[in-house]
Amino acid sequence: MNQRYVYLLAAMLAVIGMSVFFYKWQVLGFPVTEDLEAPVWTIEAAVGFESGPGSIKVQLNVPSLTPGFRTLNENSVSRGYGFSTNFGGGGREAQWAIRRADGEQTIYYRISVYEDDSVDESDTTPPFPPTPTINEPMKTAVDVLVDDVRNHSADTASFTTELLRRMNDPSPDPNVELLMASVATNSEFVDVITSLLATARIPARMVHGFALAGRQRNASILTWLEVHDGKNWLYFDPVTGEESLPDRFLVWWRGNESLVTVDGGSNVQVDFAIQLNHLDAVAIAESQAAKQGGSAVDFSLYSLPIQTQAVYSVLLMIPIGALIMVLMRNIVGVDAFGTFMPVLIALAFRETKLVWGVILFTLLVTLGLTIRFLLDRLRLLLVPRLSAVLIVVVILMLLISMASHRLGLEMGLSVALFPMVIIAMTIERMSVVWEERGPADAIRAGLGSLLVAVVAYIFMGMPWLEHLIFTFPELLLVILAFVMLVGRYTGYRLTELRRFKELAQD
Amino acid sequence: MFETARKLRKIGVLGLNERNADFIMRLNPRRLYPRVDDKVLTKDLALKAGMAVPDLYGVIVHQADVKNLGKMVADKDSFVIKPAQGSGGDGIFVVTGRSERKRESFRLSSGLLISEGELRHHISNIVGGQYSLSGNRDKALIEYCVHFDPTFAEVSFQGVPDIRVIVYRGYPVMAMVRLPTRASDGKANLHQGAVGAGVDMSTGTTLSGVLSDHLVEDHPDTGALIAGLKIPNWDFILESSARGYEVTGLGYLGVDMVIDADRGPLILEMNARPGLNIQIANGTGLANRIARIEELFDPAATPEQRAAIARREFPAE
Repeated sequence: MNQRYVYLLAAMLAVIGMSVFFYKWQVLGFPVTEDLEAPVWTIEAAVGFESGPGSIKVQLNVPSLTPGFRTLNENSVSRGYGFSTNFGGGGREAQWAIRRADGEQTIYYRISVYEDDSVDESDTTPPFPPTPTINEPMKTAVDVLVDDVRNHSADTASFTTELLRRMNDPSPDPNVELLMASVATNSEFVDVITSLLATARIPARMVHGFALAGRQRNASILTWLEVHDGKNWLYFDPVTGEESLPDRFLVWWRGNESLVTVDGGSNVQVDFAIQLNHLDAVAIAESQAAKQGGSAVDFSLYSLPIQTQAVYSVLLMIPIGALIMVLMRNIVGVDAFGTFMPVLIALAFRETKLVWGVILFTLLVTLGLTIRFLLDRLRLLLVPRLSAVLIVVVILMLLISMASHRLGLEMGLSVALFPMVIIAMTIERMSVVWEERGPADAIRAGLGSLLVAVVAYIFMGMPWLEHLIFTFPELLLVILAFVMLVGRYTGYRLTELRRFKELAQD
Repeated sequence: MFETARKLRKIGVLGLNERNADFIMRLNPRRLYPRVDDKVLTKDLALKAGMAVPDLYGVIVHQADVKNLGKMVADKDSFVIKPAQGSGGDGIFVVTGRSERKRESFRLSSGLLISEGELRHHISNIVGGQYSLSGNRDKALIEYCVHFDPTFAEVSFQGVPDIRVIVYRGYPVMAMVRLPTRASDGKANLHQGAVGAGVDMSTGTTLSGVLSDHLVEDHPDTGALIAGLKIPNWDFILESSARGYEVTGLGYLGVDMVIDADRGPLILEMNARPGLNIQIANGTGLANRIARIEELFDPAATPEQRAAIARREFPAE
């Protein structure tokens, strides 16, 4: 009758928990695995120049469309300068301005990016470029070359490859030689290529950027060729002619504009430094979610102070322990003392580690039980008796710590981390069971408690589980739902199959 | 594993989860527990309902009353002292007689002689909560000492054998005789090593026994055959236990009775969470019998009618 309400409530809790979980996982990108760290590159551009007498205006091209990368944050360090970013011909530009400055100036621009394959690679489809006006005798050379290359290619990609092959030929034909005569730098070379492609009505542009790897000082800018085939932008290595892009290529700016212009300054120099950090994937997801205005982040445990986080990372494992307890008691049917005693013991095991935990627990309970039996002869009333046991437990912990310290077994010191009140209650319960039902039952239940504690410890100590619950506390609702369902489980416990096995014969 | 579970399900074996969730939590409201947990109250209610219980000689509630023990038992040679909220037979002193030379010296069932002062000390411990389940202050009952019927003399080692009847919504559904052994220290508690013997509900004849979850044919100490003993006054036992439902209001109830040689069956105590070993002793499960009672349930049936149904419906197979 009320069975249905239990199912309904459990289903609701599970659905709520799972939906929040999936939203955070799939949409906000919170990581489910414990692979906590994602590489984050911080690229720092240091613009140095000699200031002139008047006002100074610095313009630096900065990343805007960065296929494969997402921006985590950017900032500028420039004392006294006004700072802004806006869109210019080559993409985004950072601008600094100051009325006057003295001597050498350095302005820093910093951007942090992380890899994200989902970042849209496509730019808007560009219009067909106008045919550039080229003067004779270049014009003939260009026309001949373009016609020739067109005859040797099938589409945009093969056209580009063929063109690059010819332009890079160690023994170039006269037309190429003529075109290459004025080319000194790689970027000038790419500029010529873009003009040639424009003559063939193929949209093309230069891309400048970095191949991000580890830490780099004075990172050099790579210039690549970007060609639009009508659908997508294709990348070409201007030297080899291959259609490829270096691994982790971060596009800094596009076009043939220069990287930096400084009005009112001289001796301009830009140095790039790249720093690789590993940042919490969770932090990245959070900053992402914050940008999207998600309220899920406001309730994230990661927004709590670090100290409180540490407390909760332990506290959140207690429901896992409770779940194990429920399974062991109601499904398996293990006898154990106290409802949550094993869970608290398992918590203590986290500090002492398993082997020492089991040794110390057994030692403490055995000694405590012995003394409890001696106390029994005194026929003390309940509360004084319990207090006496508690005091004895504290004294025993002290003695074990001191003895193990003497013996050089430092792990023995961690006995102090056991919940002494719980141990005292366990000893009391165990002695009562010992008297009421005999030593066999008492020892069986004692071992049962230890077994549950060990199993709970194993699960509560799983780093991925800890991470999962801490990142997705809504999963507690799912655990709650499951525990409620077990609460209505009326089937046999595993140990009962053994207990009643005589009845199952014939 | 699933095969075992299936077989158990087929013969209707009740598991702990099912007992707790479907019967105890549904049929035994918490507020009624004091009626069975406090033996003074149980006895009081049972007497009012006209059931036979061991005579109460006196109740000692306060430490100051302990000195009245002498007056209470002045004209009694044998009596039992027990805590009102004890469990598992702890704290029970059975006084079987007095020393011939000195009336203030009492002989315990174990044969030991004990002074009145020592008895008073024991009672004072009971009142202080030494044996109570919760550890709270308790009461000490001084009551009639059962001279148990010779029927089970052959299959008991000291102590008092008792009869446990499971009563479902007023209908007796299963019964067993609990026989003390040397291991159980004279106590009729299966946990402590007593033997439980199933009972044919229609005739009141014992079936084979169970000792710590295993079937046994004869008593481990006396060697006598357990099966085939006829329980005297069986009809009366069934009716009395059926009446336990009216007395306690508990829908899932264990009624413990003893058979006195002179006074016949007497109710000793009742239990709101009777154990499940009775199923092993009877070689069958409770669930099927409970289901049958659900079919036949009649809220207007008298205890006599309900006892008759138990006799008719649940003969041993």
